[in-house]
Amino acid sequence: MLSVKGLHAKVEENEILKGLDIEIRPGEVHAIMGPNGSGKSTLGNILSGRPGYEATAGKITFKGRDLLEMGTEERAREGLFLAFQYPVEIPGVSNMEFLKASVDAKRKHAGQEPLSSVDFMKLARATSKRVDLEANFLKRGVNEGFSGGEKKRNEIMQMMLLEPELCILDETDSGLDIDALQVVADGVNSMRDGHRSFIVVTHYQRLLDYIVPDYVHVLAGGRIVKSGDKSLALELEAKGYGWLEGEVA
Amino acid sequence: MSDFQNVALQLAESQRSPDWLQSLRERGALSWSSAKWPTRKTELWKNTPLQPLAHDLPSRWAAPTAVEWQRDIEQIDIDATQLVFVNGQFMVELSSELPVEIVRFADADAAQREVIEQKLGTVVDAERHLFAALSNAWAADGILIQVPRNQALNKPVYLLNVSTPEAEPAVSNQRVLMVLGEGSQAELIEHYVSADSKQNGFVNSLTEVIVGENAQVQHYRINLEQEDLLHMGGVHVNLHRNARFHGFTLAQGSRLKRIDYQVNHRGEGAHLELHGVYLPRNRQLIDYHTNVEHCVPHCTTNEVFRGIIGDSAKAVFNGRIHIHPQAQKTLAELSNKNLLTSPTAEIYTKPELEIYADDVRCAHGATISQLNETSLFYLQSRGIERAEAISMLSFGFINELLTQVPEQAIQDYLRPRLTTLFGQGSELLGQLDYE
Repeated sequence: MLSVKGLHAKVEENEILKGLDIEIRPGEVHAIMGPNGSGKSTLGNILSGRPGYEATAGKITFKGRDLLEMGTEERAREGLFLAFQYPVEIPGVSNMEFLKASVDAKRKHAGQEPLSSVDFMKLARATSKRVDLEANFLKRGVNEGFSGGEKKRNEIMQMMLLEPELCILDETDSGLDIDALQVVADGVNSMRDGHRSFIVVTHYQRLLDYIVPDYVHVLAGGRIVKSGDKSLALELEAKGYGWLEGEVA
Repeated sequence: MSDFQNVALQLAESQRSPDWLQSLRERGALSWSSAKWPTRKTELWKNTPLQPLAHDLPSRWAAPTAVEWQRDIEQIDIDATQLVFVNGQFMVELSSELPVEIVRFADADAAQREVIEQKLGTVVDAERHLFAALSNAWAADGILIQVPRNQALNKPVYLLNVSTPEAEPAVSNQRVLMVLGEGSQAELIEHYVSADSKQNGFVNSLTEVIVGENAQVQHYRINLEQEDLLHMGGVHVNLHRNARFHGFTLAQGSRLKRIDYQVNHRGEGAHLELHGVYLPRNRQLIDYHTNVEHCVPHCTTNEVFRGIIGDSAKAVFNGRIHIHPQAQKTLAELSNKNLLTSPTAEIYTKPELEIYADDVRCAHGATISQLNETSLFYLQSRGIERAEAISMLSFGFINELLTQVPEQAIQDYLRPRLTTLFGQGSELLGQLDYE
């Protein structure tokens, strides 16, 4: 699904990623943990093609294609989805219009007919119910005046509608209370189907109680310094990141 | 006198007009001819050169034309009392039967004449507003809307003003006087359109509104004209005690278009809500000058204007709020946001608060920006093409005001036109029915 080899990346002249490797096969859930400033969010931004984030060395292959050659829109249409740490508020553009434009773009790319407005609205309403958002959130401006939890649930709703193959959740748990966390985790778990892959970027082990990963990686100093199974997350929770400092080159 | 002043006076002389408007016309002609023609050094006009007026000097009054223009013009689909003017001429056959509250100056009875004679030209200060002086000098036909005490018009008034192509540069004049009695209500839609890009026309329009105690007006001023049509317009309002004026205006087109809003808070508790949108493109110039006078205590003003300026177009926004010493407890807010979508687009914005009272709450702000890159990235990261993302965000910028328009028929009219304006791929926008 995704193969990252020797990735170096910089943001505004600062080198953040310094030789990152990760290999993700279909159906796997990988958690990436690490201290502040270790490059966790940079990875998601590089993968989605955010302006200002530049890969300076290394190779990223997504479904057998060179990801870095693809534009942001094309990556999305090919099935890569980034759930933002800070979803953007766009007043004046209704959530419904935004969602339909996204789904239409993806369907067009796949050679499918666009959904009729009526069919799309049915689908959108049903999906908003799955993430416990009132249907009137569809009429409001994109994320406009949404609480932190509502924004994150809106991200998950987009993920459900776009049915991506690789989902990157960038600190989706930050700013969530327990109830919202449960909703988000249920949403993610309902999309685990043995084919779809996930990268779950998080500070805390707590999220991984709800979304149980196949692998846990520790990112520090711009590289993966340790990998293991879900027990690694518990170990980190108990010991912190300090004991891994020796592993940072 | 400038050539244009001269020509305009000659045009006034060639007009037929009722005797009882002579005195207003003479005063107008005097103000007009004695006014110093604006230059770049004239504060009220410094960013709005009047050269396009002199470039193709008009030689005659626009003539009424056959109905071919109807192919090109789409009207607002609304159940209203409709009055259609083509090149400034009233079209009886295209207009509704007028209720008693509405009359053309030409058909006014003695009582209505008296109202017109007493009120016309009293809301506007023709010494300060150059083209209001011209409107007075050209006063001939016009519309009086008079709503008696505690009554409401049972339908909105829809004034459709169409300009059609002329072989040589021609002028037309439009005048509206609206007088609302105590506790009355009315809705007026002024819609200016032109049928073809080859206009060579000049339209001068002036609307005066007197809103009596506890009366309420919903006013719309939609200027969607082609590029070659020049337009000077004004909306002048007096608000009496607890009166409310809710205005929405939108302008597009014209190499030179200037619209003045002047609102005078004359009675305590009056409220002004004014929203505006300007969308010049190509080589157009759109200028909104607004001036709100808070003369008495306890009045409120909320004014929001937004503009998107593209290509080599230019926009001017000057929003003045003047709070007189006795106007304590005033609440006034003015916001102006601009989006430049091309490196050659220009905006001159100037919010002006003049406050001479000490117990007031006022805020103003103006911004000029480009589209937010983070928002663009967010849309693109969901698979939306950058060009479409740009049109969605541009439309969204003004859609915030459009969604607040109380008259659904106007939203329905403007939305598809504006989405087309902001580019292809956006036909989705606003077409979703949520129910």
